[in-house]
Amino acid sequence: MQTSRSAREGLKALHGTPFEASEQSIPVTPAIRVVGVSKRYQLGQTDAADGSLRERLVDLAKAPVRRMRHLSGGAGAAESFWALDDVAFDVQPGEVAGVIGRNGAGKSTLLKILSRITDPTRGRIELRGRVASLLEVGTGFHPDLTGRENVFLNGAILGMGRAEIRRKFDAIVDFAEVAKFIETPVKHYSSGMYLRLAFAVAAHLDGEILLVDEVLAVGDAAFQRKCLDKMQEVSRGGRAVLFISHNMAAVAALCSRAIVLEGGRVMADAPVADAVRSYLEHHLAEAAAGWQLGGIRRAGDDLGDRVSLRHVAAVMARRDGFLFGEALHFRVCVHARARLDHVRCAIGLDNIYGGRVVTFTSDPEEVSVLPGLCYEFDVSVPPFGLLPGKYLLSASLLSGEQYHDYLVHFGAIRVLPIDVGGEPRDEARIDQGPIAVRSIWLASEREGMPA
Amino acid sequence: MSRTTADPLPLRVIEPRAGWAPVDWAELWEFRELLGFLVWRDVKLRYKQTVLGAVWAVLQPAATMLMFTLLFGRWAKMPSDGLPYSVFAFAGLIPWTFFANGLSGAAFSLSGNTHLISKVYFPRLLIALSSLGTGLLDLLVALSVMLAMMVWFGIAPTAHLAALPIFVALTAAMAFGIGSALAAMCALYRDVRYVIPLVVQLWMFASPVIYPLGFVPEGWRWAFYLNPLVGAIDGFRSALLGLPFNWPAIAAAWAVAIAICGAGLSYFRRVERRLADFI
Repeated sequence: MQTSRSAREGLKALHGTPFEASEQSIPVTPAIRVVGVSKRYQLGQTDAADGSLRERLVDLAKAPVRRMRHLSGGAGAAESFWALDDVAFDVQPGEVAGVIGRNGAGKSTLLKILSRITDPTRGRIELRGRVASLLEVGTGFHPDLTGRENVFLNGAILGMGRAEIRRKFDAIVDFAEVAKFIETPVKHYSSGMYLRLAFAVAAHLDGEILLVDEVLAVGDAAFQRKCLDKMQEVSRGGRAVLFISHNMAAVAALCSRAIVLEGGRVMADAPVADAVRSYLEHHLAEAAAGWQLGGIRRAGDDLGDRVSLRHVAAVMARRDGFLFGEALHFRVCVHARARLDHVRCAIGLDNIYGGRVVTFTSDPEEVSVLPGLCYEFDVSVPPFGLLPGKYLLSASLLSGEQYHDYLVHFGAIRVLPIDVGGEPRDEARIDQGPIAVRSIWLASEREGMPA
Repeated sequence: MSRTTADPLPLRVIEPRAGWAPVDWAELWEFRELLGFLVWRDVKLRYKQTVLGAVWAVLQPAATMLMFTLLFGRWAKMPSDGLPYSVFAFAGLIPWTFFANGLSGAAFSLSGNTHLISKVYFPRLLIALSSLGTGLLDLLVALSVMLAMMVWFGIAPTAHLAALPIFVALTAAMAFGIGSALAAMCALYRDVRYVIPLVVQLWMFASPVIYPLGFVPEGWRWAFYLNPLVGAIDGFRSALLGLPFNWPAIAAAWAVAIAICGAGLSYFRRVERRLADFI
């Protein structure tokens, strides 16, 4: 009963998406159809991997007793948990769907079931077409084998035939940019080369269905971009892609639609921006990154003598950083040992090269401090176009022009490459500065006066 | 690549499986190229990591043969069907080494390849099967040494030699069947891995490797035949050295081997689907 209801809901959600309406004019059989899939892990059972034969034999002897107890009261039910609980969704050919969720939400279990690595406990999955599944890059790579040998081995393990690998070999080596070292054992490769070669094989997988786990979190930025492009190329070929990740930015960049898993259940199934927003809102527990500054040695002898920085916190909606376009919010705790008037608190953000991006300073007229007391400064900065990236934090306390305490780069904050609406944003680039400002441009044609 | 939209796409259904499942030979055949690659990997690695490479294939049984020749041939005066004891022992050691290495190779194949099993799907039997590959290669190398020895001792091969593949297949089936059952047990219970070397060692003395079948008292022979390696090793030696075949032993061996192989593979298939949850 429950199964079919949830499956219907999944379908309803699908048909409601504008993506579906605009791009699929004729009805197509879904490439992936997941109906009421559940997976139960027996907690006692997983332990058996480390258990001994003796325990198993004892278990076996006890089995009739346990079975009787189970029939009468079902006491054994507590020993299992459902990693997936009645999950249903479809993915159409040509669609790139993301699966997002926190650790333990069931993402990996879902992918393992779809890849046939483990069986579902209940439910049914239909996969229409050849499946290329990628739970990691470089599966089966052996350090003692050469690049060439590993391409063949890894290709075969991922499901390519000998002839297919031979045909694609040059393209793979080109893509990985390791042509010079292809006859060298991969144990001599740099980690970057190793990953490039491993991903190159994976990127050349054919198949109407592509299942990808979080494998893009590797390699340098330029190569990541290349892989993303290659994957998008794949989806334009009419393939269904299911991309599993907890990297919101990657999901937002790659997918048209996202499925949010929470505790093994489908929480949301919607166009990617909506799904990401609902995911973020759901995790809008107030999180803060804080830095204890009391014990840190100051650069100058008398710094911190009269008034000192105790603690600075970045107050964020999410634990890992601010979203692009979100107000910045800091809280500074200060401890005073002397009476001081006109105390100012300042927080500075530097880029990772140490160049100052911006300084926020409190109003000098407002604050006077008394010895022995603690004070809290709360600053909130409206969105000012600070681009995604990492910024180093500095803080200082002044009265007049005199510095009483000053700490440089005691911590860092991150602006995530994703905006408050769930859309992806590129990271700050050194040649364009760290702040995006809306600017208004007009272009018009002027007569005469060439050059 | 050349697929047109008119081609019907293959449909794969994933559903919970329960109970005993037969071996899916069609699927194994479908993955034959991967099997080839896995064997090729093992062979390749053997040659890369060792200085002597193929020589080990000869050295291992040859050293055992020398030791046994001194110990059992010279000192204990073990009968050897009227042949030089070294030739007699080596002819038994070749299939025995193939069996013993194949058995332990298959038994440890799952626990040694967990990184593959938890990340990629392929018929898990493949990994047990592939571990027989290097053993087969070793067997061929050792056979060529055997032929050289036969030339040295002036023993001419007979028409019996044509039956040799039958006994190689028998030995392989035994190693595969028992090995895959042990592999499944090994994945579930850590104890099994310590039992295997012990069992293999004892098994050798229960098989006619260092002594001829005639050495066993007449009244006990029927029980002896239940050990399928008796038929396999004795048959292998007879085929190689032109001795008379012991038909009851061979028939019993095939019957037991098929039964063991069937049971072993079924057990493997039963455990297989839960494998990724355990390892």
